[in-house]
Amino acid sequence: MTERVPLVVIGAGPAGLSAAAEATAAGVETLLLDEQAVPGGQIYRAVGRANPDRRTILGADYADGAGLLPVLKSSQLDYRPGASVWQVTPEREVFYTVAGKATAVRAARMVLATGAMERPMPFPGWTLPGVMSAGAAQILLKSSGLVPDGEVVLAGSGPLLFLIANQILNAGGRIAGLVETTPRGNLARALPYLPGLLRLPAYLGKGLALLARLRRAKVPYFRGARDLTAHGGTQVEALRFTAGGRTHELPCQILLLHQGVAPNVQITRALGLTHDWDAVPRCWRPRLDAWGGTELEGIAVAGDGGGILGAAASAHQGRLAGLQAACRLGKLNEAERDARTGAHRRALSAQRAARPFLDRLYRPAGAFLDPPGETIVCRCEEVTAAQIRGFVGLGCLGPNQAKAFGRAGMGPCQGRLCGLTVSEIMARTRGVGVQDVGAYRVRPPIKPVTLAELAAMDEDDG
Amino acid sequence: MPNDSRFRRLPDPGRRAVAIVFDGRAVQAREGDSVAAAILAAGIAVTRRTPVSGAPRGPYCMMGVCFDCLVEIDGMPNCQACMVEVREGMRVRLMAGARGPGADLQGSKADD
Amino acid sequence: MGETEFAVIGGGLVGMAVAFGLQREGRRVTVFDEGDVAYRASRGNFGLVWVQGKGVGMPDYARWSRLSAALWPELAAELQEDTGLDLELRQPGGFDICLTEEGLAAAAARLDTLHTQLDGDYPFEVLGHNRLREMLPAIGPQVAGAIYGPEDGHTNPLVLLRALTTAFTRRGGAIENGAPVRDIEPQSSGFRIGSDPGWRAEKVVLCAGLGNAQLAPMVGMHAPVKPNRGQVLICERVKPFLPYPTAQIRQVGEGAVQIGDSKEDVGFDDGTTPQVMAAIAKRAVRIFPLLENLRVVRAWGALRVMSPDGHPIYDQSRRHPGAYLVTCHSGVTLAASHALRLAPWIAGGAPPVPYLETFGAERFAVSPPA
Repeated sequence: MTERVPLVVIGAGPAGLSAAAEATAAGVETLLLDEQAVPGGQIYRAVGRANPDRRTILGADYADGAGLLPVLKSSQLDYRPGASVWQVTPEREVFYTVAGKATAVRAARMVLATGAMERPMPFPGWTLPGVMSAGAAQILLKSSGLVPDGEVVLAGSGPLLFLIANQILNAGGRIAGLVETTPRGNLARALPYLPGLLRLPAYLGKGLALLARLRRAKVPYFRGARDLTAHGGTQVEALRFTAGGRTHELPCQILLLHQGVAPNVQITRALGLTHDWDAVPRCWRPRLDAWGGTELEGIAVAGDGGGILGAAASAHQGRLAGLQAACRLGKLNEAERDARTGAHRRALSAQRAARPFLDRLYRPAGAFLDPPGETIVCRCEEVTAAQIRGFVGLGCLGPNQAKAFGRAGMGPCQGRLCGLTVSEIMARTRGVGVQDVGAYRVRPPIKPVTLAELAAMDEDDG
Repeated sequence: MPNDSRFRRLPDPGRRAVAIVFDGRAVQAREGDSVAAAILAAGIAVTRRTPVSGAPRGPYCMMGVCFDCLVEIDGMPNCQACMVEVREGMRVRLMAGARGPGADLQGSKADD
Repeated sequence: MGETEFAVIGGGLVGMAVAFGLQREGRRVTVFDEGDVAYRASRGNFGLVWVQGKGVGMPDYARWSRLSAALWPELAAELQEDTGLDLELRQPGGFDICLTEEGLAAAAARLDTLHTQLDGDYPFEVLGHNRLREMLPAIGPQVAGAIYGPEDGHTNPLVLLRALTTAFTRRGGAIENGAPVRDIEPQSSGFRIGSDPGWRAEKVVLCAGLGNAQLAPMVGMHAPVKPNRGQVLICERVKPFLPYPTAQIRQVGEGAVQIGDSKEDVGFDDGTTPQVMAAIAKRAVRIFPLLENLRVVRAWGALRVMSPDGHPIYDQSRRHPGAYLVTCHSGVTLAASHALRLAPWIAGGAPPVPYLETFGAERFAVSPPA
């Protein structure tokens, strides 16, 4: 028999933990499924076991994440780490595997808090070992205390790039170069939206402090970099690029890439929900109501999976989704629910006001959305940008036709990492908007699952 | 620790050492490391050769998205090294291209 | 207003095979196709070039399928020469694996019927468990046996579609895509395709799969086709382990293991369901137990285009000469017949086989309306 639970929350980052906190506090029995072994999501990864030194290196914003963890002691909470969710149906059945054992549950309500993933930053050579996302280096630091050593180069754009550079310096690492690819015109386009950013006064100060720290450490800093290529044999050995009218070559053993984050929409896509293209931050997001509710009754989204607003906003969204779930499950009446939402809505509004500035300032350069022909776009099936353009020439209008023609998106990552790039390339090649090109149709299983695990879900034992 | 690692470990007095084996070589990991973190800390950059072209790949995203850190763990092929925590005695191998149709979950303990 | 000699409605495997065949005959062809998201049987099919078991009750369908299987090497070679693409065609014979003795007996009885209907010209073998294990050592203890059909094989259906499209456009064919064709209007000479302002075509070939049901009456024909869903599981790439295609499981050229496929009457829902996926997985593990730790990376639901008797419909309009209907649920197996035999007939040649009329939609007129 399929287990039944009042509320399933997927994801134990700031949104998921906050949703679970509100729901359990209101007396809702909650099942919290998380793919990672420890709670906190990527942003607060392993915060529960970080020692004071680690918290100092990673900064106060990280250490604050520990404040989300007390919910894990709630008697109303069933927290299952290491749970790989591979199918969610519109009927709110959730199929997941823990340590090779598959389980199905049916929820009265669900909160999807699957967060964000780093936007891919494709250019020739980005598949070499030693080239990693900047977020990956941060995860290694948070969960294992590993600091990149030797010649470390960071390339790309976005606030996280500067934060990670600072954290590496804090941990005693050295940085051989910070190669910023943010187009020079971005600042001018962002400036009219500066008043919105000033609703979060601390943000600007933190950003300037990060930059000052890099200057003090005399980190070689290149701005407006273009034409990036990574070189090496079996591992990365150098990054080549042009900046300031000159070609540079920085030897490196570790090359960390970042150009912002995008919502992880794998589950909302697999549910067949409507997604809108957000043209400024260049990502898809599911269509949501003021509570994070989706088009499907009983299924809500909280946090960056519904649009990038950051960790603080995600926690507020999680609170709202948790309160709404408790209300709909009869544990709070609407007046009780609404009495608790004001502060969250005000905080969210300030966080939202900052986005137009940030999204314009850190809008990725076109060359990393629509990369040179020889660039491998689909890392799993090794499909290049030129091949994708060729499929447009054969009449493919969107990524699903291109997938059928060239296998892009058919590998084990199931299109997670190439999806945005393939849609962008096809849109630019066709001369239309990304919304007219569309996205991969995501089909279950959304994570690979063994035949034995799948077969165990067959209720007919005949 | 071999000195060719591109990562350095910060002191972590509370965390126990865990011994695993990668392609027959002893690797000292720490409790709470993912397999991918342990491998990188040991100076191993390449975790798989792709089944398409044989190109070398290593961990890229460390959060379960990219599937470039696939390794064989205790006989089970194509495991995401970034999503599995180390256990004492774990046997890890490079994925060299496509896997076999089956998995030898028992036999792997006995060899190398 | 655009103009073309032949308008082929539908850019799936059926439409592209016919369009390629027409272009190959030197005709001017425009294919009209939908956008990125559509019901696309051609992207969800299993990839078998399959003969065994087809045509019970209609031996001409068995003949037609065997003809296509025999023509397939020619089609694959020609497409490879035109495009450089390897269609991964292998025709080593194939197995229909049965998990129960009753299932095996029923399958054998069907093939006996075909054997009789075709006057003894129908090769197949019934293999018990031990004989089968000699040929497929990986089978599990629960397998009762299999039917071996020496003419069966498989190909890469996605490469087939890409190769047909590439060869067609290289030979000068045109593709108009982005929106379904909703209107076809017969005119004093030729047809108007679509509206605002639409296209003018001398002849029109309906290859729109399930869309033919709506389009056929516009040109005086009848296409009583309905959807039948099949779900397919696709697993990781694996080193070669299965040298033959089977009706249930096959290993594709690049190594992935493909497991199919359900037969469900669910209307226009091309989704996947956990229950059916679980049942497919369970059957796969019973057939080849060593696959139990193989991971499924994708599942597909696609809609077969089924006529009431399951056999193809080939027709030309008596009321509006120049309009043709081509529909079937075996776009892969029949691709060679469609491109190399049916298209020349549509181009104005003689019927390729004496029994072509057997496939007319008139055969459904006698049955009471559904």
